[in-house]
Amino acid sequence: MSDAVAFTPEELKKLDAGLSELLGHYPVDRKRAAMLPALRLLQEIKGWCTPEGMKHVADKLQTTVERAYEVATFYVMFHTQKPGKYVIDVCTNLSCALRGAEGMLKHLEVKLGTQAGTNGDKFFLRETECLASCGTAPCFQINEDHHENLTKEKVDKLLETLV
Amino acid sequence: MNVEKVVTRNWGKPGQNTLAGYKQHGGYESLKKALELAPEAVLAEVKKSNLRGRGGAGFPTGLKWSFVPKDNPKPRYLAINADESEPGTAKDRFILENDPHSLLEGIAIACWALGAHTCYIYARGEFKYPSAVLDKAIAEATAAGIFGKKLLGRDFELNVYQVRGAGAYICGEETAMLESLEGKKGWPRLKPPFPAVSGLFGCPTVVNNVETIATLPAIFEKGAEWFAKLGTDKSGGTRLVTLSGVCNRPGTYEVSMQTTLKDLIFDEQFGQGMPHGRTVKAVIPGGSSAPVLTADEMGVALEFEAFKPLNSMAGSGGIIVMDDTCCMVRCLWRVTRFYAEESCGQCTPCREGMPWMTRLLRKIEEGRGEPKDLEALMQVATSIAPWPPIGLGNTICALGDAGALPVQSFVTKFKSEFEQHIAEHRCPYGDKPWGAFGEFQ
Ligand SMILES: Cc1cc2nc3c(=O)[nH]c(=O)nc-3n(C[C@H](O)[C@H](O)[C@H](O)COP(=O)(O)O)c2cc1C
Ligand code: FES
Repeated sequence: MSDAVAFTPEELKKLDAGLSELLGHYPVDRKRAAMLPALRLLQEIKGWCTPEGMKHVADKLQTTVERAYEVATFYVMFHTQKPGKYVIDVCTNLSCALRGAEGMLKHLEVKLGTQAGTNGDKFFLRETECLASCGTAPCFQINEDHHENLTKEKVDKLLETLV
Repeated sequence: MNVEKVVTRNWGKPGQNTLAGYKQHGGYESLKKALELAPEAVLAEVKKSNLRGRGGAGFPTGLKWSFVPKDNPKPRYLAINADESEPGTAKDRFILENDPHSLLEGIAIACWALGAHTCYIYARGEFKYPSAVLDKAIAEATAAGIFGKKLLGRDFELNVYQVRGAGAYICGEETAMLESLEGKKGWPRLKPPFPAVSGLFGCPTVVNNVETIATLPAIFEKGAEWFAKLGTDKSGGTRLVTLSGVCNRPGTYEVSMQTTLKDLIFDEQFGQGMPHGRTVKAVIPGGSSAPVLTADEMGVALEFEAFKPLNSMAGSGGIIVMDDTCCMVRCLWRVTRFYAEESCGQCTPCREGMPWMTRLLRKIEEGRGEPKDLEALMQVATSIAPWPPIGLGNTICALGDAGALPVQSFVTKFKSEFEQHIAEHRCPYGDKPWGAFGEFQ
């Protein structure tokens, strides 16, 4: 993943190859349907939905860039700004709260020196939706990797790996 | 209590999440059987089985399929709802992780019955691992000639694609899911028309939950009558539930339609009871949108019809237990906050009402509440969706109901706790509102 906002030729090649495969999953007159998978691919390549990337995706899907923005801003997993290196999504919904999630979030805030909801260079700590881990609570995801049945010990070990 | 296992019957067997392992345990034999039957006969079997949807509404599956118009020349679609995001619910994810081919075989059976040649599986974006397992299974089944130009050698093309969401609870609502599959933000559509008539790309589309469809192979393996008999008059089979919150052994369990809430919480093979000295105060029985029950109501069977007299619902099978040391105001605040965050913003009562109720609850919880706040809370909830009974919502989709029912049921059934907060200007539970397991350790 290159840090620059502009595409490298390799990145563009990868994006275009992925897009043409994705478009094969939909009727020919419904290219716009590929928007979510397309933005996911863009984000995998660039780390976030860059303006240039969204323009490119919109063109390939034969729609307007506004349509790409509409989707990128509606879904919380899409980043329209460069996120911190580690996006940590913590479930604080009822089942998790009943198993210590509020305390876990505080612990994370103190340990990471950040506040939930603020994006930083290294960490973007957020409260999130129920993550379908209610019977294995509490839980969080680090860059989409799921961790459940969390304890202080487990959390501290995981945090050590985030360099 | 002996529960005959259906959906989970092969979980944990060696290689079950691979095609080879799945076949070793009888996999894709049910599809062969179904393909011997005419599509109408497959539909008749599903009707006979009394299978009901496991996504939340418990809608009879065969009946839903029969709404697809026979004379519409447009293509038909099957869309699988793997968006699993109702708080308290964690079951579909384990089907994808443990037995992905059971879903794929079910999809093939359903598509044959429906005459659908394309199936999209809409999985929530946070399912990185379950989606990877599923992608692998789809690739295996396609390479083996199960899917593709010829369904198991028949002259019937079937293509199955997984589409991953990107973090939006609303996309579990079937019409929002269709919008999302069309590459848009998840704004639910006004019904009718129902998806079976006009769904994806304006074509007839059946939307079914993962568990619903993953149940089909067992039905065709052992027979619709066997399946119907396992259950009750109106609800065939068994079902998956997720037990969470305060109890000794939370987890995902397959239960019979006769299993009661009390059995689930206390039985050795399930929840194994409450921690020492604690008693049950409240139980949410069907995902956090289901009206809360008191300990006195725990005798109810985990079956779709049984919840009606209690004005609650079996929903998505997410069962959340709260003990006698949990603060009902704080619990409700968490629930309401979720629906406020997840409102898609399309309908005013929901968009404005959910955050308003969340603020009122926070105010009461923090000891700043006044008696009029409780009235306002109920008034806002009632104007989104009056209760009881369930189903009177004033919004385009049932997210409005989902957020309004908890408020009305909590306040009605635990009113004295709300009043105590207001009278004493504090939370009586102080900084320990979460019950026996509420500390992070
Ligand atoms: C706000 C809302 C969220 C929903 N979320 C889900 C979900 O995550 N998974 C699901 O299967 N059904 C969900 N549903 C129910 C679906 O709309 C639909 O009824 C279901 O997928 C149909 O499948 P079934 O007949 O097999 O149950 C939701 C409904 C609403 C109103
Ligand atoms: S409530 Fe946290 S995963 Fe469901």
